[in-house]
Amino acid sequence: MTIKYTPDHEWIKIDGDIGTVGITHHAQDALGDVVFVDLPEVGKTYAQKDPAAVVESVKAAADVYMPANGEVTEVNEALRDDPSLANSDPLGAGWFYKFKLANPADLDAFMDETSYTAFAADAH
Amino acid sequence: MSATPDNLLQVPLNDLHLALGARMVPFAGYSMPVQYPEGLMAEHKHTRTAAGLFDVSHMGQLRLVGPDAAAAFESLIPVDVIDLGLGKQRYGLLLNETGGIIDDLMFVNRDYAHGGDIFVIVNGACKVGDIAHIQAKIGNRCQVIPMPERALLALQGPQAVTALSRLAPGVEKLVFMTSGSFTVDTGAQKIEVFLTRSGYTGEDGFEISVDASDAMVLAKALLAQPEVKPIGLGARNSLRLEAGLPLYGNDINTTTTPVEAGLQWAIQKVRRAGGARMGGFPGADKILAQLGDEAGSVTRKRVGLKALARIPVREHVELQNQAGEHIGEVTSGLLGPTIDQPIAMGYVPPALATLGSLVNAIVRGKPVKMEVVTMPFVPTNYFRG
Repeated sequence: MTIKYTPDHEWIKIDGDIGTVGITHHAQDALGDVVFVDLPEVGKTYAQKDPAAVVESVKAAADVYMPANGEVTEVNEALRDDPSLANSDPLGAGWFYKFKLANPADLDAFMDETSYTAFAADAH
Repeated sequence: MSATPDNLLQVPLNDLHLALGARMVPFAGYSMPVQYPEGLMAEHKHTRTAAGLFDVSHMGQLRLVGPDAAAAFESLIPVDVIDLGLGKQRYGLLLNETGGIIDDLMFVNRDYAHGGDIFVIVNGACKVGDIAHIQAKIGNRCQVIPMPERALLALQGPQAVTALSRLAPGVEKLVFMTSGSFTVDTGAQKIEVFLTRSGYTGEDGFEISVDASDAMVLAKALLAQPEVKPIGLGARNSLRLEAGLPLYGNDINTTTTPVEAGLQWAIQKVRRAGGARMGGFPGADKILAQLGDEAGSVTRKRVGLKALARIPVREHVELQNQAGEHIGEVTSGLLGPTIDQPIAMGYVPPALATLGSLVNAIVRGKPVKMEVVTMPFVPTNYFRG
């Protein structure tokens, strides 16, 4: 399984033509305690860079962007019930949504873990 | 998250904040701690249940000196200064000629009539303008003396008195909105402070004015108490919002009057129509008309709002009536960590400013129903003796 990272601090786990999207450890740390998420509609098609979800802490709100064109197939209802999963397990139980990639090659340009780690360190 | 720009001012406790792992942000021209490693939520809850130490040294402290200081100050604020008892503290509002709020402030009578002063604390972002304004308007009637050599710490929470009275016996006898000079004995050092029993969290607590050179020793001594943890500006904001207290720049500004802002309680009878010293402050005609409920004099009011769904509603969100018409805007809003519900303040027309009225907040294009509720959102816990 491949994991890619966007410059907006989202991660995408790629499994065939299905991508799972969440926010990175760096993103959850910058936001602080997550108290609310707004998740996309299952079955809806989004274009790359569309704001698909929203994540909010007490002090700030941020959009979670669609990393590539595709149709949302599943959202994390457990995260809706307990938004703090985005803090405690951002790369696991805190995932946001899954989508069917229109073109898996759309994700090739994003960072791998090594590049992202350097990028996030610079963002401090 | 960007590096601290070089042009930001540093507070006397800057090194302590860094050592404690604070996340520093630009605020009012200073580099200030917005949160410590435990995070806003934990800091907020700690303040509500134990005691939190806040560095608010960016705020402006000044003295008004001279026997005419109170009468002079009354020409700038719609508040009873002259009759304020010795050692007592009061909330005030600097007004412009149209009754708009230049800043909100706290002041203490430190025996100005007999060689003391009126001690004033103003907002950090406003202090340069405030001092220039006060100097220009009443500098010929009293001395206006800024105190940049003083730091300001706030110790807030139900256990603040336990922690502070251990180091400065006697502070427990003060009641809400009174003050005194005390010696804090840290064991290694005795530090002279001036403090008030008040704050900006809705909790019991103290604001402590101390010479900048003593601030580090004082802060470390307070943090060494088992009840006390450091608290950042993030939790300060969520705490004050739950307490229903307005934030200058968000909820009140030069276009809002005290009556529109729901702060008419700060205008004592003696300055109102029929009072012995009625009017005589900037914008008095407008404010007195609004206090008298003259038809059409008030077009909007600040209200407390609670969302009926669990969706945070933030500042600048549009408010609409049930017919979908624009009626106002949210000026502060967040998910209150103690109340565990989305709460906000905003301005609505007087007809909708009644408890139980329903309005729609437009969040990402969708209406979120909000109810006008009484403030504070969380009961206050002041010590009145």
